[in-house]
Amino acid sequence: MSNDILIFGEVRGGALKKVTRELIEAARRVSKDTGGAVDAALVGAGAEAAAKGIADYGLRKITVFEGDALASYSTEGYAAALAGLVKESSPSYVLLGATAMGRDLAPRVAARVDGVMFSDCVDIRMEGAACVVRRPVYSGKVYVELARRGERTAFVTIRPNNVPPAAPTGGSTPIEKRGPAAAREAIRALVREIIPLEGGRPDITEADVIVSGGRAMKEKANFKILEDLADALGAAVGASRAAVDAGFAPAAVQVGQTGKIVNPKLYIACGISGAIQHLAGMRTSKVIVAINKDPNAPIFERATYGVVGDLFEIVPMLTEEIKKALA
Amino acid sequence: MKIIALMKRVPDTEARILVNQEGTGIKDDGIKYVISTYDEYGIEQALRVKEKAGGPSTVTAVCAGPEEATELIRTALAMGADDAVHVCDPALASGDPFLAAAALAAAVKESGFDIIFCGKQAIDDDMGQVQTILAEMLDVPQVNVVTGFELSGDGSRATLRRRIEGGDEMIETALPAIVSCEKGLNEPRYASLPGIMKAKKKEIRTKTLADLGVAVPGEARSAIVRWVPLPKSSGCRMVQAEEARDAVRELVKLLRDESKVI
Ligand SMILES: Cc1cc2nc3c(=O)[nH]c(=O)nc-3n(C[C@H](O)[C@H](O)[C@H](O)COP(=O)(O)OP(=O)(O)OC[C@H]3O[C@@H](n4cnc5c(N)ncnc54)[C@H](O)[C@@H]3O)c2cc1C
Ligand SMILES: Nc1ncnc2c1ncn2[C@@H]1O[C@H](COP(=O)(O)O)[C@@H](O)[C@H]1O
Repeated sequence: MSNDILIFGEVRGGALKKVTRELIEAARRVSKDTGGAVDAALVGAGAEAAAKGIADYGLRKITVFEGDALASYSTEGYAAALAGLVKESSPSYVLLGATAMGRDLAPRVAARVDGVMFSDCVDIRMEGAACVVRRPVYSGKVYVELARRGERTAFVTIRPNNVPPAAPTGGSTPIEKRGPAAAREAIRALVREIIPLEGGRPDITEADVIVSGGRAMKEKANFKILEDLADALGAAVGASRAAVDAGFAPAAVQVGQTGKIVNPKLYIACGISGAIQHLAGMRTSKVIVAINKDPNAPIFERATYGVVGDLFEIVPMLTEEIKKALA
Repeated sequence: MKIIALMKRVPDTEARILVNQEGTGIKDDGIKYVISTYDEYGIEQALRVKEKAGGPSTVTAVCAGPEEATELIRTALAMGADDAVHVCDPALASGDPFLAAAALAAAVKESGFDIIFCGKQAIDDDMGQVQTILAEMLDVPQVNVVTGFELSGDGSRATLRRRIEGGDEMIETALPAIVSCEKGLNEPRYASLPGIMKAKKKEIRTKTLADLGVAVPGEARSAIVRWVPLPKSSGCRMVQAEEARDAVRELVKLLRDESKVI
C-alpha cells in the first residue's frame, strides 16, 4: 500500500460539488504528515471539464471517466471505475463526500477491494503515526474515533461543511481521460430520471444557512415569513417533523433523526422546541439561533443565541434588519 | 417470492446515551431496545410486497444480534413475517460491519431470496454501509434511501424512488436486489393481537457464525480508539431588550460581527 490519498470528486449535472474542495483540504492535512501524494478521480458526464476547475490545487494526477455507461449515476458503473483505479494505485485513503452518491458508492467499492470503511465522518487527522477519523454515533449523542488495523485501503466519507474548502496553489495537474470500466448492459440498477425538488432553493444538506420552522408555524401559508427571511439570507428552508407531519412543509426538508442531517454555518430555529430527535439533525451547526416564546424550551440549551418572543413578530423584523444590514 | 427483511436491535431514539466511566463504550443500564426505525419501514415494505405478489410468497426476518433480540424478532413475526433467522454469536458484539454483512450474507443465501429490504442506516452506529457491503458480497444491485417502491407485474424488476440532494432519482433495477428504506416509504403497521398470538408459533432459526460457515477474523479491520462525549454547549446567549426591535438589531449585529456568519 502506498502513502497516497485518492479523492473522489463528485460531479452532478456537469458541476463539481463544493465538498470536493473540502476533501482536498482534508487530504492535504493528512498528507502533510505522511508525505503521500494526493490524486483525484472524477466520474460522469462533464467530469473532464470539472477536473479543469481543480487542476491548480496541487494534486499529482486527476483521472476522469466519461462515456455512455456513465451518463447518469449508477452504483455499478461508478464502482467499476473507482475500484479499478484503487486496485491499480492502492492508495492509503480514499475520501468521498458523505453525500447521497458518496454514501452509496463508498461501501460498495470498499467491499470490492477488500478495504476498510468509515462512514459519515466529521474529521480526519494524523495522531502520531496513526490516521484517526471521528464520527457521530447514536444520532450525534456521542462520537467515536477510529483507526484502521492492518494494511487495507480505507474509504472515508466526510460530511459536507466540516472542513474548510482548499484554496488553489497554482500549477497544472495532468488530467488522464478514460472510458467506462463496465458496459451499460452489465449495470442492473439504472437511474431513469431525476425529479428536481420544487422551489428551487438550495438543498438543506448543502446550504450554508437554514431557516427552519416548527409546529408553531400553525399553517402552511405561514411558512411565507420563513421563506422571506431565507430569501434575504440566500438560505434553505427546513422544518421539524411536527411541521412536516402537519403538512406545512415537504418531507424532503425535515431536519432530524428521521429527516436530514444538516451542518450549516447558521441554523435559525423558529418555533421549534428542540426535541432530541430534532437536535440529532442540526446540533453540529456552527451557530444556532433559537426563536421561541417559551424561555424554557430545550432548544435554548443547544442554541448560540436565543430570542424569547413570538416568532410572528420576531421573524419579519429579523428579515427587515438583515436586509438593512446586508444592503 | 422469497422476501427478506433485515432488522437490527438498537437503543430507542429517546434513550440517553452517555459514555461509560472507563470510556470504552456507552452506559447501557436502563436503555430500552427497539427494532431500528428504518428497518421497520423495510419490514412493512416486505409485507406489502408479499401481499401484492401473492402466490407462495414468504417474508423472512433476519437479525444478527444478541440473545435479547429474540423479543424484537417476535415483534416482526407479529407484524406478519412468516419466519425468522437469528444469527446469534458473541463475535458479533465487535460491531464490525464486514462481519455483520458476512453473517447476513450467509444467512440469506441459506434461506434464499428474491429481494431484501432493510433500513438506510441502523440508528445506533449510523453507518449506512452494512447493506451495501452485503450487496457486494451477494453480487446483487442495491438501491439506497428509498422513498418509493413499485414491483413490476412479473416480479422480476422494480422501480424505485431514491432521495438525493435537491431531488429524487427514479431507478429501475433487476431483482434480486437490496433496497434500503427511508422515512416516507410507508407507515409501518402495528402488531395486531391475533398477530402476536400467531407469532408465538412461528419458527425462529437460531444460528451461530460457525453454523453458517462464517469465519471470524483474528482482528477487525478497524478499531475504536476512543469514545468522545458531546462537547458541552457553551451556553446560549439570550438576546434581550425592552423593545423586540432592539433585540433583533442586537442579534443581527452578533451574527455579523461576533460570529461572522452573515
Ligand atoms: C422515532 C422518532 C423520530 C423522530 N424524528 C424526528 C425528526 O427527524 N425531526 C424532528 O424534528 N422531530 C422528530 N421526531 C419528533 C420529535 O420528538 C418532536 O415531536 C418534534 O421535533 C417536535 O416538533 P416541534 O419542535 O416543531 O414542535 P413542538 O415540540 O410542539 O414545539 C413547538 C415550539 O414552538 C414554540 N412556539 C409556539 N408558538 C410560538 C410562537 N408564536 N412563537 C415562538 N415560538 C412558539 C413552543 O414554545 C414550542 O417550543 C421524532 C420522534 C420519534 C419518536
Ligand atoms: N446486525 C444486523 N442484523 C440485521 N440487519 C442489520 C444488522 N446490521 C445492519 N443491518 C441492516 O443494515 C442496515 C445498515 O446498517 P448500518 O450500516 O449498521 O447503519 C440496517 O438498517 C439494517 O437493516
